[in-house]
Amino acid sequence: MTPDSGAGTTASKGTIRVVQLYPREMNIYGDWGNALVLRQRLKWHGYTPELLEYDVGDEFPEGADIILGGGGQDSGQLVIQDDLQSRAGLLKGMAEDGAPMLLICGMYQLFGRFFKTRSGPVIPGIGVLDVETHGTDERLIGNVKVTTAEFGEVLGYENHSGQTTLGPGVEPLGTVAKGTGNNSSDGQEGARYRNIVASYLHGSLLPKNPAIADFLIRTAVERKYGTFTPGEPDDRYAVLAREHAARRPR
Amino acid sequence: MFSLSVPLGKFVRRVTRLRGGGSALPGLVVEKIDPGFMQRTLSTLPHGVAVVSGTNGKTTTTKMVVELLESQGLKVFTNRTGSNFTRGVAAALLGDVDWRGRLDADIAVLELDEAHAVHFVNRVPPRYSLLLNVLRDQLDRFGEIDKTAQLLQHIAVKTTGTVVLNREDPRVARIADTLHGPEVLYFGLDDSLLGTFPSDDELRAGPGSPIPAVPERPQADVVLRRVGADDADFEYDGVTVTTGMKLRGVYNIFNAAAALALARSICGSGAATADHSTLLRALSEVAPAFGRGESLTVDGLPLDLVLVKNPSGFRLGLKSFPSGGYATMIAINDNYADGRDMSWLWDVDFDSLRAEGVDQVTGSRAYDMALRLQYDEVQVGAVGTDIAADLADFIRKGKGKPKRVFCTYTAMLAIRRELSKITTVEVVS
Repeated sequence: MTPDSGAGTTASKGTIRVVQLYPREMNIYGDWGNALVLRQRLKWHGYTPELLEYDVGDEFPEGADIILGGGGQDSGQLVIQDDLQSRAGLLKGMAEDGAPMLLICGMYQLFGRFFKTRSGPVIPGIGVLDVETHGTDERLIGNVKVTTAEFGEVLGYENHSGQTTLGPGVEPLGTVAKGTGNNSSDGQEGARYRNIVASYLHGSLLPKNPAIADFLIRTAVERKYGTFTPGEPDDRYAVLAREHAARRPR
Repeated sequence: MFSLSVPLGKFVRRVTRLRGGGSALPGLVVEKIDPGFMQRTLSTLPHGVAVVSGTNGKTTTTKMVVELLESQGLKVFTNRTGSNFTRGVAAALLGDVDWRGRLDADIAVLELDEAHAVHFVNRVPPRYSLLLNVLRDQLDRFGEIDKTAQLLQHIAVKTTGTVVLNREDPRVARIADTLHGPEVLYFGLDDSLLGTFPSDDELRAGPGSPIPAVPERPQADVVLRRVGADDADFEYDGVTVTTGMKLRGVYNIFNAAAALALARSICGSGAATADHSTLLRALSEVAPAFGRGESLTVDGLPLDLVLVKNPSGFRLGLKSFPSGGYATMIAINDNYADGRDMSWLWDVDFDSLRAEGVDQVTGSRAYDMALRLQYDEVQVGAVGTDIAADLADFIRKGKGKPKRVFCTYTAMLAIRRELSKITTVEVVS
C-alpha cells in the first residue's frame, strides 16, 4: 500500500481515499491512468488524494472513499478469485451504502454473478452487480463511442472476449454509437448501479471522460463532507483528445 | 533443378524496387508460383536457420547476432530490411540467391514477427531460436499477452537445436518447462539491474511499493552485470568481461547479452571457434538499427531518435536518455504498426520530463499524449498532429540545443523521411 498525499499550497478541503483493487493482477490496459486522473483532479478540486492499493492477502484499507477495479487477463482473474470472494460482503456493503466505484473490464465481470469461461470453468463473481458474463471465441477490439444520459458521450477502447448481459437489477451505462460494448447483440455498454460505473472501456476511461471522474469525486466528497465545491480543472487537452477521437474513423 | 520462379521473382523484385514499392510483393509472387522456394533454399544452409522473435528489440538484436557471427568468418543471410513476415523472408532471399536459386551462406539469422513466426517455423523448423520478451505493446493484435507467449512457445517447440530464453521475463522463462527436445540456454541480468527492468506486471506499482522478491532463477549462459555510460560488463564462462558499447539504452545492452548467448551457442555447435576477443570487438562496434537509439545531426547538433512501443520501452528510454539540456519532442501515432491502442501511455511515468518540459508533441495521438503529460504536471510547449510541420517548428525553435525525439514506429518513419531532406540519414536498402 502506498499512501500518496498530494500536498497543495492552499488549505485542503479534505482528504479522499482512493483504493485500487488488485493492481498487480488486474491492471493491464493503462488502468493506472484512472487512479492518476482521480489523484490529480482531487488536487485540482482542492482536496487531498490518498492512493492506496489492495492486493491478494493484504489487510483491506480503512475508510475507502472511492474503489477502482481494473482489467486483467483470464489468468489474473483466477489468481484473485478466492481473495475477492473473501471480500464479497465488505464490497457489497460498501456498494449498497453508495460508495462510488469504477469497475473496468475484468473487475466489471467479477463484480457480476459469474463469468463462464469458454474453456469450461465458471469463475464465481461477488454478485454486487446483476450481470453475467460468458466467454466467447470472438474478441471485441476497437474504439467505442457510447451515448449516455448522465455523462454525455463516453469515449474509449474495448478489448474483451467475455460478453456480458445485464439483469433487471442494473441499468446500462449507455447505448453504443460505435464499437460493440457489453455483447454483440443488444447495443448496450457498461452498467450503472447506485454509485457504481462499470464498463468495458479502457483507454484509460477517466482521462478522456472527466465527467465520470468528477462524478466519482463529487459522490465521494458529498458522502464524506456533505457538500462538494468544485475547483476549475483545465480540460483543454481532454476536450481536444475527445474531439479528435470522436472524429476519427476507427 | 532449374525453375523459372527465381528469375521471375528477381524480375518482380527489380521492378518493384525501381518503382520504390514495398519489399513483400516479390515474395508473394514467388510463394504463389513456387510454394517450396523458401523452405528448399533455406534447407541447404550448413548451419541451418536461427529465428529471433519477441515483442521488442528484434531488429537490433538480429543485427547484433549477424555482426557477431560475421566476425567469426561466417556468411550470414538475414532479412535486413525489417520485413519480418514470411513473405518478407522470401523477398529477401530473392535478393541474395543467384539466378539458379542457390544461396551462398552458412546460416540464416531471421527476425520474425511473433504471429508470422508460427507459420514460418511450421514450414522451416529452425535449428536455433532466441526469444526476447513478451511486452504489452501488441494487445490490440493478439488480445492478451498470454496469447503472445503461446506464439513464442510454438517457435521454441519447433526448434531442433538450441532455444535461448530471457531468464528475467517470466512468460518467456516459463517456456522452458514445456520443452523436451531442444537444449535450453538463458541470458539474464545481475540482481542489481532487475529494478531497471520492471515487468509489465509490476509496472503500475506506485513509487515506494516493495520490489517483489527475486525467485530462484536458472543459471544463465550470459549475464549482463553492469551498464556504464559507454561500456558494459558481461559474464560468461565464469569470467566477467568489460567491453565498450556504441549501443545506448539499457534494453539494447541487455539484448546484447541475448545476442552473445545465441552467437556463442551457434559457434559452439561447430560453426566457428567463437574467438573471444573478436566477438567482443564486434559487439563493441554494433551500431543501432535504424531508428533505434540513432543519433543524427541537425544544424551541427545531435538529434536522437528513441523508438518507444510499450510502457517498459518508454520507461527505459526516459531513464536511458535524461532530458537535461535537450529540447524534447514526443511523436505518437496509432497506425497498425504502432498498435492502435495507446492506453499504455498511462503506465509510463513522465516525472523525469517535469524539470525541462516537452517542447513539442505531435502525431495522430498528440492530444492524448499532451493529456497524459498534463496529468504528470509536465509543461507542454506546442501540440499538433502534422508531424512534418511540427518537426520543422521543433527544429526551428530548438536551434542551438541538442534534440531528442521519442517516437512510435510509424512516427519514426515519418520523421526520418522529413529529416532526410535536411541531413544525411542512413539508408536501409
